[in-house]
Amino acid sequence: MQPDLHQKQQQQGIDVAVLVSIGRHPTTGRARRAEQDARGLELALAMEAELPGTRISMLHAGSQDDSSEAALRGYLGMATGVGMGLESMTLLEQPEGSDAIPALAKHLAATSPQLVITGARAERGEGSGLLPYALAEHLGWPLVNSLASVEKVENGVVTLLQALPRGQRRRLKVRLPAIISVDEAAPAARQSAFGPARRATFEITPTSPEADSELAQWHLAPARKRPKRLKIVKAASARDRFKAAASKSEGKGGQVLTDVTPEQGAEAIYKLLKEEDVLR
Amino acid sequence: MLETLLPILIFTALALAAIGAVRRIRLWRQGRPSPVNLFKGLAALPRRYLVDLHHVIGRDKMISNTHVATAGGFVAAAVLMILVHGLGIANPLLGGLLLLASASMFVGSLFVARRRINPPKRLSKGPWMRLPKSLMAFSIGVFLITLPTVGLLPEGLLEGGGSWLLALVLAGVVAWGLGEMFFGMTWGGPMKHAFAGALHLAFHRRAERFSTKKGGVGRSTGLKALNLEDEAAPLGVEKPADFTWNQLLGFDACVQCGRCEAVCPAFAAGQPLNPKKLIQDMVVGMAGGSDAAYAGSPYPGKPVGEHAGAPHAPIVAPVVMKEGKALVDADTLWSCTTCRACVEECPMMIEHVDAIVDMRRHLTLERGKTPNKGAEVLDNLIATDNPGGFDPSSRLNWAADLNLPLMAVLKQVDVLLWLGDGAFDMRNQRTLRALVKVLRAAEVDFAVLGTEERDSGDVARRLGDEATFQSLAKRNIATLAKYRFLQIVTCDPHSFHVLGNEYGELGGVYDVRHHSTFIAELFDAGRLTFTPWKGGRVTYHDPCYLGRYNGEYEAPRNVLKALGIEVKEMERSGFRSRCCGGGGGAPITDIPGERRIPDMRMNDVKESGAEVVAVGCPQCTAMLEGVVDASAEVRDIAELVADALVESPAADTSRRPTATTMAEEVIV
Repeated sequence: MQPDLHQKQQQQGIDVAVLVSIGRHPTTGRARRAEQDARGLELALAMEAELPGTRISMLHAGSQDDSSEAALRGYLGMATGVGMGLESMTLLEQPEGSDAIPALAKHLAATSPQLVITGARAERGEGSGLLPYALAEHLGWPLVNSLASVEKVENGVVTLLQALPRGQRRRLKVRLPAIISVDEAAPAARQSAFGPARRATFEITPTSPEADSELAQWHLAPARKRPKRLKIVKAASARDRFKAAASKSEGKGGQVLTDVTPEQGAEAIYKLLKEEDVLR
Repeated sequence: MLETLLPILIFTALALAAIGAVRRIRLWRQGRPSPVNLFKGLAALPRRYLVDLHHVIGRDKMISNTHVATAGGFVAAAVLMILVHGLGIANPLLGGLLLLASASMFVGSLFVARRRINPPKRLSKGPWMRLPKSLMAFSIGVFLITLPTVGLLPEGLLEGGGSWLLALVLAGVVAWGLGEMFFGMTWGGPMKHAFAGALHLAFHRRAERFSTKKGGVGRSTGLKALNLEDEAAPLGVEKPADFTWNQLLGFDACVQCGRCEAVCPAFAAGQPLNPKKLIQDMVVGMAGGSDAAYAGSPYPGKPVGEHAGAPHAPIVAPVVMKEGKALVDADTLWSCTTCRACVEECPMMIEHVDAIVDMRRHLTLERGKTPNKGAEVLDNLIATDNPGGFDPSSRLNWAADLNLPLMAVLKQVDVLLWLGDGAFDMRNQRTLRALVKVLRAAEVDFAVLGTEERDSGDVARRLGDEATFQSLAKRNIATLAKYRFLQIVTCDPHSFHVLGNEYGELGGVYDVRHHSTFIAELFDAGRLTFTPWKGGRVTYHDPCYLGRYNGEYEAPRNVLKALGIEVKEMERSGFRSRCCGGGGGAPITDIPGERRIPDMRMNDVKESGAEVVAVGCPQCTAMLEGVVDASAEVRDIAELVADALVESPAADTSRRPTATTMAEEVIV
């Protein structure tokens, strides 16, 4: 952060809503704070430290029981400073198997935060990663995915750093309100402390649950481990072998479109999907 | 003239001392309550002082004798002086005794003075340098003013013209002595250690650590549990006033002898910890002020005078800023390996490790500030029940070919073999396989919990995460309650300590044995035979959690002796063994220093000339084996035993003939 921005930022505190879900440990399957959502909260906490006046509210849609409560308290334990205002979390109560999107969209529309932060993909349930997109569609807000950091907020415009593959970053200016989603590119979440987690409370808000009818029709089964495609390396020297092992394979073909109109972009994508037989 | 001056001097000093005592007691009472039987404590005081305290001081005979002469002389002289000169009971017998007492004190103070001529580094300077002079002033002054009482001095000496001057000089010397010995005792001078130390012994938080007349050395090394049920109870110690009152009293008892500093592995490694300074910082915090007056060795790399505190101010600065310094920096607290060397050496019976863990609890449970890999390890313990984050169902993978009997199948055995988290470590798996081989050779009826076992909670607790410790402990206790066994045997002293000494408070009482103890018993019972040792010279490294924490120094040496090994002892062995650096989560928090603790320990091994260092702890194995260019091989006792086993021919035919019978007889 540039020091000269600091004065301006002081007046630019905004309302941030962080959407949190119940995670699932990859080895043991135990409920926990979800990795990506925790990174989202970390991003919000970092914003609060940089931009005094930022208010964070946490939002979860789901049922309330012992194991989910312990997982949700994992997020609440991250707010360990004085005056963080994170002593509670809003819980939109709805039974297991309900669709979270209408409840979240309704609540967000009613409370109108300026920035919504969410993980890219849930660790249990569908885990399709569609929630941020569906919410953005419902609310009509712009969405930025794979966020690395929030740089500044000025006059209702937020400057974001988006992570692209292979360590590249793209700076974006987005008009608020907006939704941003975070994945592994965002800074890792801080430790959750037992004391604040235990003291925190839940503001339980009843919702009119809508059963996820599509989900009910699905057949769910544990994922099978897929065989990995072997990368056959024909290398003459140690340097080549190292390069092959360390680098991701370059995509072949393709084209980079810059400075095109949305129509031209859509045209190009449509053409590609046709070529690849995704659309017939 | 002296007859009128002396009572005034003595009673003024006593009155000032009484005021100081009240002030000091009020400082201690800022702490949290701690139930202590005051009367019983005071009644136990003489024995605790004469037996337990002098057992520690007696390790240095010169100082012990010096202290007996000086302190004994002083106490006797003070009492007699109040009688003879204060109350004017000019009995020649009392006077003679007073002369004797002050003379003894004077001789003692000469030795104190000699020690201060070229004092070792560990001793604090400052006010402590004037103490021998004050002792001499008191003893000489009292001696001289008593001479007329017994008629050893011509009466006329104090009558003549110069008598005024002489009397004034004498009164001045006595006043100096009284000032240091009575006034200074309760107003924070070096003699404070006598006042606070005596009360500390009487009201010690671990009354069970003292020996009793019935015999048996008292030992109390398990950490005290936090009450997590009560949401209002503070989680650890944030500010000095969060300590219990008798902990604060204990800090005040410090004599700054620096024995703790001399044995502290972190201090020797140049990490920012000095147990003596830490205790003095707590005294500063309790009274409020800066540490600038401290006159001993600082924390390595941290100059004295930059930190300050107050009874109700945080000990560790809450937010990390450039100038954010409070009483103590967090890295000081995280440098400790909880090896208890300081507690073992402390003649004032101060509990440094308790205090450090109390402060760590606040940092972890309230602030979420466990450094370096701490957070990751704690998350792993919560999610997978082991610090490495391994799949709990793979806990028995190392024994896939051993066909280990499972508790879940047998339900009832003589010995429950506790594997510990070493089950996930390839080096320790070799030890475990060796131990299984030994148990089978001795035809022990044993079984393992297998995948039902969890981490004992040792690391979580030492990292301050009492919540995770209690969660693990309670689930382990519930698992153990399902089965019947006579004893638990483990090759991990940390599990041994936690299961044996710390689960009791949570409702799990077990007979736990370290594998070296168990193997020694098997050998004594004639169930193991060994081929004589043909290897090189061997030394033995005492694990802290086996030795100092549990007093087991003999069994491992007996096992080595049974193997035909003559142990080449290192200079620091037994209760003075130097830590490997692996305890207390120190490898996880990994506070940088100038040297590494295991390097120093392997250097000790090298100096002993040994080619093999026998160990009995997975942590020690890992730390010592991690030393580059080591001169000795690291072998666990179980491995040495397994290598030397002579399989008795009868053992194969009669393998496990009487399974599960013994337990039934004893338990039912």
